[in-house]
Amino acid sequence: MILEELAIAVETGDMKKVQALIPQGLADGVDPQDLLDKGLLAGMAALGARFKAGEVFVPEVLIAARALNAGTVLLKDKLVAGQSVSKGKVVIATVSGDLHDIGKNLVLMMLESTGFEVIDLGVDVPVEAVVEAVRENKPDILAMSALLTTTMAFQKDIVEALKVAGLRDGLKIMIGGAPVTQDFCDNIGADSYSPDAPGAADAALALLS
Amino acid sequence: MPNTQELYDARIKRVADAVQLIEPDRIPIVPVFQAFPVYYMNKWTIQDLMKDYHKCTEVYDHLYDHFQPDLGWDPILFYPVNYMETTGINWFRWPGKHFDNSNVMYQYIEGEYMKGDEYPEAIRDMTKFMMNKWIPRSFSKLSGLAKVDFRNSMWFGHMGAFAAFSDPEVQESFKALFKAGQELMDWFIYLGEYQAHMKEKYGIPPLYAGFAYAPFDMIGDSLRGTKEILMDMYDHPDELLELIEVATDFAIQDTIAGSSGKATPYVWYWLHKGVDDFMSKAQFEKFYWPSLRRYITAVADAGLTPVIYVEGSYNHRLEYLSEVPKGKVVYDFEYIDMAAAKKALGGHSCIMGNVPAYTLSYGSKQDTIDCVKSLIDTCAPGGGYILDTGTMIDDAKPENIEAMFETVYTYGKR
Ligand code: B12
Repeated sequence: MILEELAIAVETGDMKKVQALIPQGLADGVDPQDLLDKGLLAGMAALGARFKAGEVFVPEVLIAARALNAGTVLLKDKLVAGQSVSKGKVVIATVSGDLHDIGKNLVLMMLESTGFEVIDLGVDVPVEAVVEAVRENKPDILAMSALLTTTMAFQKDIVEALKVAGLRDGLKIMIGGAPVTQDFCDNIGADSYSPDAPGAADAALALLS
Repeated sequence: MPNTQELYDARIKRVADAVQLIEPDRIPIVPVFQAFPVYYMNKWTIQDLMKDYHKCTEVYDHLYDHFQPDLGWDPILFYPVNYMETTGINWFRWPGKHFDNSNVMYQYIEGEYMKGDEYPEAIRDMTKFMMNKWIPRSFSKLSGLAKVDFRNSMWFGHMGAFAAFSDPEVQESFKALFKAGQELMDWFIYLGEYQAHMKEKYGIPPLYAGFAYAPFDMIGDSLRGTKEILMDMYDHPDELLELIEVATDFAIQDTIAGSSGKATPYVWYWLHKGVDDFMSKAQFEKFYWPSLRRYITAVADAGLTPVIYVEGSYNHRLEYLSEVPKGKVVYDFEYIDMAAAKKALGGHSCIMGNVPAYTLSYGSKQDTIDCVKSLIDTCAPGGGYILDTGTMIDDAKPENIEAMFETVYTYGKR
């Protein structure tokens, strides 16, 4: 019951409700992992489905993410590490010289609500920093976003740099952003392109299946 | 060979015909170039131009020696660094200061220059809010304006109000303003001179009389930030609407006063946050469109021609766009199905667009030719079409730009 309520609170972006329900749930002895998986993330996943269907838009995703974050902050110390079952690990970044992050953040949210563990490197991330992060975190997937024609070429540089570093094998690479196309993806030797965030989550699942 | 005055007149007429939905002698071509002229000439860097705008003359002459659009940019996009340093503007990062690479475009970065709980203040007294909070937050060298409040000069208060000018921080800020004002004026004079030169040497009319923004975007871009304003539709809906009304009123006055009587009537509106992804139709109808429509209509009624530069996808907005005066507004699209746009706006408003940046930067010459031909086939019949690129052009392949112009010159002829 409280899990359902929590999911709805996230889905409707009701941060105050989330902040009230989490302590209540903890006090009632609900498993913190359930509060996260069956409450918060379930709500985000439901919203993701509606975003995909074109029923809700960026503002709704933003307020839902805000509510979700408010909830995870309250759960932080309560969760037992390693208990989550992740569908896979993703490192995501907006490439060097590019500060556009709204699309990247949507992709991130969709991946998280689909069950991926996502490490966000932020925006304006230099080629070497991406390579380093791949070396360190050993993700299943690297996801890159670029919104400028002048920065999308860095996606290519990163693919090349990963090859040189011997990190390309076994890594799946997804790219996206407004000017990016399937054609470009094929040309630079990335594994998958998707024009939108829900598509990105589907593509990530497909890459690992 | 027609002289430049004849070329100039023919270009003015060609574009005006398209706007008024008359089939012109050929499709006008008006590409929005950003850094392209610099990369194309490959002599000076963007940093060089921002440091010394007089170098722009060489760069733009080189551009117009090779390509003659029907309306042309003067070098206004290369903001002078001197004025940015003088005011300590916080909105931009630029080559030479923040970037090691001297040949990348300066970049706008968003900030929350008005907090969510400051709407009431801004609504009650916009001028005071701008002077005491927004300007000091936006320009680090103008922080002293926070201490000036002329409202206090009423009656005996003038003693205290004016005494604020003894404060060194206030004095420094005003000195900076005097200096920046002169630097800006010198630059504006240079731009005016380049426009005159463009007319004389190439017969190319200037692209703009002025620039404008959707009222929602003025608040989103300059006061709140993209994510913040999108959430404000939930957190502060009534205040947001009220501030939009305030902004619309002064934007209308400002645009009509500042853009009338210029060589061309085109007022470019740069739209950002009303795109398909960013809001629902209901939100667009409530928060974005009414103020923008009022602004467009008022400016068109004043005899100017709004050119609505739609950044991003607008496939789900087409039904609204014809709610403005017929034959007086241009819609310049980035990502849209142009056939659908033609269907929705044909016979009502001129449409413009949208050779994709991807094609120009990564496609072949033939891709470009095919794309331009197909755009002309789709959009030209019955008049009301101007060819433009989809986004602002930075690193396009020169041979593709060449192919784009050539195809318009030949295939675009009536
Ligand atoms: C909002 C915006 C901004 C905001 C960014 C705010 C922010 N925090 O992100 C601000 C105002 C700061 C901004 C600044 C600039 N911008 Co801007 N901006 C836009 C605009 C209007 C919308 C972008 C957006 O957020 N869309 C909504 C999101 C949801 O869509 P999206 O990002 O495309 O993401 C979706 C998909 O692409 C995909 N996706 C995205 N990433 C990924 C990754 C993967 C792995 C996958 C699978 C999918 C995927 O899924 C997302 C969700 O469905 C675009 C126009 C456009 N057509 O995109 C211009 C645009 C991108 N900007 C442009 C420019 C030029 C700039 C500036 C350089 C301007 C300047 N001179 O200052 C600066 C550069 C700043 C920088 N260094 O990045 C140009 C680029 C032109 C070009 N030649 O490439 C555009 C195209 C506008 C135009 N028509 O000219 N901008």
